[in-house]
Amino acid sequence: MKIPRHGMPEQDPLERAKNFLEVPLGYTAEMAVEEAERCIQCKNPKCMEGCPVNVKIPQFIFHVAMGNFPLAAQTLKETNALPAVCGRVCPQEEQCEAVCTIGAKVEPVAIGRLERFVADWERMTGNVSLPVIAPPTGKKIAVIGAGPAGLTCAGDLAKLGHAVTIFEALHKPGGVLVYGIPEFRLPKQIVDAEVSFLEKLGVTIQCDFVVGMTRTVDELMNEDGFDAVFIGTGAGLPYFMGIPGENLNGVYSANEFLTRVNLMKGFEFPNHADTPVPMAKHVAVIGGGNTAMDSARTARRLPWTEKVYIVYRRSSVEMPARKEEIHHGEQEGIEFLLLTNPTRFIGNNGWLVGMECQKMELGEPDASGRRKPVPVAGSEFVLDVEAVIVATGNGSNPLINKTTPGLTTNKYGNIIADETGKTSREGVWAGGDIVIGAATVIKAMGAGKKAAAAIHEYVQSKK
Amino acid sequence: MYPIVEKNDLAAKVYRYVIKAPQIVKKARAGQFVILRLHEEGERIPITLADWDAVQGTITLYVQAVGKTTTMMSMMKAGDSLMDVVGPFGVPSHVEPGKTFVAIGGGFGIAAIHPIVRAHKLIGNKTISIIGSRSKDLLLMEDEMRAISDEVRIATDDGSYGTKGFVTTILKSMLEQREPVDVVLAIGPVVMMKAVADLTRPLGVQTLVSLNPIMMDGTGMCGACRVVVGNKMKFACVDGPEFDAHAVDFELLMARQKMYSPQEKISFDIFEKICEAQEHRETAAW
Repeated sequence: MKIPRHGMPEQDPLERAKNFLEVPLGYTAEMAVEEAERCIQCKNPKCMEGCPVNVKIPQFIFHVAMGNFPLAAQTLKETNALPAVCGRVCPQEEQCEAVCTIGAKVEPVAIGRLERFVADWERMTGNVSLPVIAPPTGKKIAVIGAGPAGLTCAGDLAKLGHAVTIFEALHKPGGVLVYGIPEFRLPKQIVDAEVSFLEKLGVTIQCDFVVGMTRTVDELMNEDGFDAVFIGTGAGLPYFMGIPGENLNGVYSANEFLTRVNLMKGFEFPNHADTPVPMAKHVAVIGGGNTAMDSARTARRLPWTEKVYIVYRRSSVEMPARKEEIHHGEQEGIEFLLLTNPTRFIGNNGWLVGMECQKMELGEPDASGRRKPVPVAGSEFVLDVEAVIVATGNGSNPLINKTTPGLTTNKYGNIIADETGKTSREGVWAGGDIVIGAATVIKAMGAGKKAAAAIHEYVQSKK
Repeated sequence: MYPIVEKNDLAAKVYRYVIKAPQIVKKARAGQFVILRLHEEGERIPITLADWDAVQGTITLYVQAVGKTTTMMSMMKAGDSLMDVVGPFGVPSHVEPGKTFVAIGGGFGIAAIHPIVRAHKLIGNKTISIIGSRSKDLLLMEDEMRAISDEVRIATDDGSYGTKGFVTTILKSMLEQREPVDVVLAIGPVVMMKAVADLTRPLGVQTLVSLNPIMMDGTGMCGACRVVVGNKMKFACVDGPEFDAHAVDFELLMARQKMYSPQEKISFDIFEKICEAQEHRETAAW
């Protein structure tokens, strides 16, 4: 217990604010082994319970400590199809690491960093091991959406011997992993590698295919012979704030901004990518979640941007973003305007020239349990910005609900599903953000996993 | 990959493409559009379906070369392939029988009204198509429109063919003569659609327009295509593209269409320089 938790080597803040290369550089093998040795191999590992996909954490860490990285990788992949992704974007501090036994006395074992190390080691050395795949069952399963929920569900079903096809609306699989999370936090080649691992498991991925438009759920089941369907379409309908001026040129949803830069490679515009991106000097991002941090840090890296603000109506304590991301943003020079709420956008000839804000103070706790921000009278001021990125959340996409009769949804348009993801429609499961609303990658993966188990049981019981 | 089966050069940098996309053909309906991407670094652009062939599994698109992507596409030939074609997107046009349907197409907007007029004709509606262009040699799809319309009326700005004036000149006189009109649909430049809306609004004639704001994914995810209709924010890709012309905020649409104009210019200028250099090299090689 004498060994302190290993810090993560990182790119220098001043340097990285000018590039899109990954910020944390990853452990070396020596660091990983030393960090793994800090794990006390609890008989009753709470970390596993803290993990939505129940990764066999003590086992894989044991193999790392022994220097047996191939076995560690194999252990990880028994339960987690996307370890290189999870090792980077999971909020470990709220999950596995939050309940780590040694965490009560010293810093918890860096489980996420070890997971990342093992997945990277395997990918870099090129000996990617395939798990045991069950003999073909003759069952066909359609997975809608190639995001974290769909990829996980597809991976588990393929391992069980089913013929799985993923239908993806965009031209590239990965969902939020490719359009939302920036390159410097999750390099796209890592997503590509994890997707190609699924293909090695036998999963077919059909891009440019919009279920609801190109084909409906009913057609997939009744005409195309799919025995079951998993819907993992995510939360992809951006919310705006309903304040004056939000349709001015220069006001973007975080989805639009991030998709332009990440999926469409807008950071290489205009020389290597054709999709235009906002070219503003002064940018404000509204919101305090991970998407807001991603948007602000992305804007910061665009070569023409000089100043980036985060505008958030509560205090830093209530910010839903990961502490690490907030810290990275601060290091990179993003200015945080806390307890500040936008009231209107100011335009000139249709173009945004400023954003009026007012200062807030914290009052009584509201329904969310967080202290409610209350406007301070007479505190209005104008922020000089030519671009504003709205990152205040997403609703559910209507395309599948509208075209699937009998699929029950709630008033927010989220699909109603039980513990296992089972919906009101026979043979149809759903999971991830489309069920629970905008959440995290790992929660979506957990839902994909549970649904895969239930779908397996269902198709096997069918004649 | 989506192969170009046929390509025709038409008037004024407008090209007709027949593209193999059997999956889309199965679901294509009047009023819908697709999104295409030319190559790995390409942008996604929405194009309205002008036609489709269930037997061949092909769709027909009319594309005008204005920016980098459309100009690059104009340089492609039959036998080349597009990287992605996805769809169909958008709510199909609403058609109901027993109506006199007047469709107005301006410039290459004629391609967009084509399948909608046909859908109305198929259910037995009286169809009048008003099509227009700057001059006779720029007029598109006259024969195709004649084949599916009970009447075709033509306007050219310079008077070289049909009525001298705009498509609205013809509509205006129709309305003044009190010709029976139940539904009007206009597709073309925003100024034209707005002018049509202004003509029919005082008379309370039901009028639809198909909007073409900047768009990216087509599934409602990015919010780039937001338009305001009846003071409410709508996403043209999933709520439209057709809307009640009398409730559309056209000024906003026009402003938002210019959202990326400075960037599009930068991109196009670089592209043209590269093309020139290429030509230069080829000439030098001779």
